[in-house]
Amino acid sequence: MKLNQKLMLIISSLFLMISNASAEQATSLDARVNEVFANFTGPFVNFIFAPLYGTNFPWIVLWLVVAASIFTVYFGFVQFRFFGHAIALVKGDYSNPDDAGEVSHFQALATALSGTVGLGNIAGVGVAVAIGGPGATFWMITAGLLGMAAKFTECTLGVKYRNEYDNGTVSGGPMYYISKGFKERGLFGGKFLAVLFSIFCILGAFGGGNMFQANQAHAAISGITGDYPGWITGIIFAVIVFVVIVGGVKSIARVTEKIVPIMGVLYVGAALVILMVNYDKIGWAFNEIFTGAFTGLGVAGGFVGALIQGFKRAAFSNEAGVGSAAIAHSAVKTKEPITEGFVSLLEPLIDTVVICTMTALVITISGQLISDPATGLYVLDGARIATVDNNTGVALTSAAFGAGISWFPYLLGVAVIMFAFSTMISWSYYGLKAWTYLFGESKNAELSFKILFCIFIVIGAAASLGPVIDFSDAAIFAMAVVNIFAIYFLMPIVKKELVSYVTRLKNGEIKKYKN
Amino acid sequence: MSTKLIIGVDGESSDNRAIEFASKLSTQIGNCELIVVYVIEWSPFSFQTNEENAERHKRREEETELATNRIIAPVLKKLEAANIKASGIVTHGNVADALNRVAKEQNADQIIVRRTSDASIKTRIFGSSVANLVMESTIPVTVI
Repeated sequence: MKLNQKLMLIISSLFLMISNASAEQATSLDARVNEVFANFTGPFVNFIFAPLYGTNFPWIVLWLVVAASIFTVYFGFVQFRFFGHAIALVKGDYSNPDDAGEVSHFQALATALSGTVGLGNIAGVGVAVAIGGPGATFWMITAGLLGMAAKFTECTLGVKYRNEYDNGTVSGGPMYYISKGFKERGLFGGKFLAVLFSIFCILGAFGGGNMFQANQAHAAISGITGDYPGWITGIIFAVIVFVVIVGGVKSIARVTEKIVPIMGVLYVGAALVILMVNYDKIGWAFNEIFTGAFTGLGVAGGFVGALIQGFKRAAFSNEAGVGSAAIAHSAVKTKEPITEGFVSLLEPLIDTVVICTMTALVITISGQLISDPATGLYVLDGARIATVDNNTGVALTSAAFGAGISWFPYLLGVAVIMFAFSTMISWSYYGLKAWTYLFGESKNAELSFKILFCIFIVIGAAASLGPVIDFSDAAIFAMAVVNIFAIYFLMPIVKKELVSYVTRLKNGEIKKYKN
Repeated sequence: MSTKLIIGVDGESSDNRAIEFASKLSTQIGNCELIVVYVIEWSPFSFQTNEENAERHKRREEETELATNRIIAPVLKKLEAANIKASGIVTHGNVADALNRVAKEQNADQIIVRRTSDASIKTRIFGSSVANLVMESTIPVTVI
């Protein structure tokens, strides 16, 4: 049977299944997948989010904040000192014209951004604001600014220790810099940590890079079309992703890569329009954000609740310290690894400080969060703030934009689907690199990972938000545990690179090609 | 010191117009060297997937090799047969920028290109490569 015929058969049986399945059967399938999933991932999730002894503050959040702060101080506030230089690098001012045709700083940054800008900015912020209140935004911005230093460190290491193969291809990422960097510094345990990171990276690829995306894409579609079983969305997504990553149909991925930046610009543009129309409320919204950051404005968990939500969502959105971006950035053409570090620090800025803040401002201004007119405090609905129509996650963001621009939820629906798809494609690559690090770069190893990846899409779309979002967070944060631990030992290497580069930049040895 | 002429080619049969003109000019000048340049269109600001990035260096080498063998080599063979001193360069980038850059690097005296009749929307908005080259070049440009 030819490939086309096989594909046709699969698609037609799919439609047959969909039309035959009664709503009741489908719901019970969703519920079953959900139950098994929650039981299976529960202990792992509980460990990662365990609170510090005697408090309700998860240790993992402290781990990220402390790391980002240490990197910021250790590198002398690199994110602020070299911001202008980062822009010059992206513009190509320091790119050697002889390297034309190789991967530019801009391309490495854009590719890495397409893996991070997405649902975290839309759905993640919706969740953060619904639980932590507008105050969560303040902590999200703080985490974004600190996270720039973490991103700088890991991406410099990613380029420095990447593998360049004889056939001209490259592979890089924490698994490579941990094992090579530890060996170079004469430290033990590098290989073990690299393997551990790879395992978590694969789980992260299945979780945040896949199931969370499928889940929220389903929520976005059913928000427009009306409710229907999640596994249907899952199978459709799985087939398209399968065609791209296994079938090698690059044109779909290429179209997505071009549409996603347009969607990003449209999203920020729409947010700006809404903010401009409601310019009189911007001051009030910032006041809510600052006051809420320290008082919680009556939100469950008070200011700690806002802080936890802010940091959690920021880390999930910009992935600073997680190590995933180091995989994407290592493809750049440069003789100076540190230059890619500078470029990468723009990532959390664009992703979290700009895009996430826009979303949070629109939600705050839209009046979707219900507050008590008498006290000015938010009305609680269980552990989160009561919202109009009981929305959370992507539905809350969608309703907030819809309050400003009535047709925008449709465009947002399309954006969510495109973002979800591009993030899945990016994470399928990150997961694959970790997988091939563990099992070797063979065709069979690659194929087995890709098939598993597609299966997880279906599971993700069918499971309800709670267990999926918890597992997504847990898997991604587990990567950060290993990555940051290793970076503490490797950061003197980055410092050396930084000092050497700055000296050469000052004495004119690093040449500027464009004026 | 010999006079250096750059010929911009794009692999079309109408390249011959520029090549023939440059050959004639070089015979008239006498001590003259021709540099045949082919530019592979490339923007450092395009969007790519992770996989494309990882394989980019390999693809670039392949593209350069293909262009050298299929476009530059036949032209050099022809010029060699006519006893004209010539060399070839394949580079990536924007056609106008790249020709101008090579001309500067090689310390060339003139750039010779053929006229194109591309009427796409992109050309109408941003101008053709030839028009851009004429505007940007720091040395004389002859359009055939």
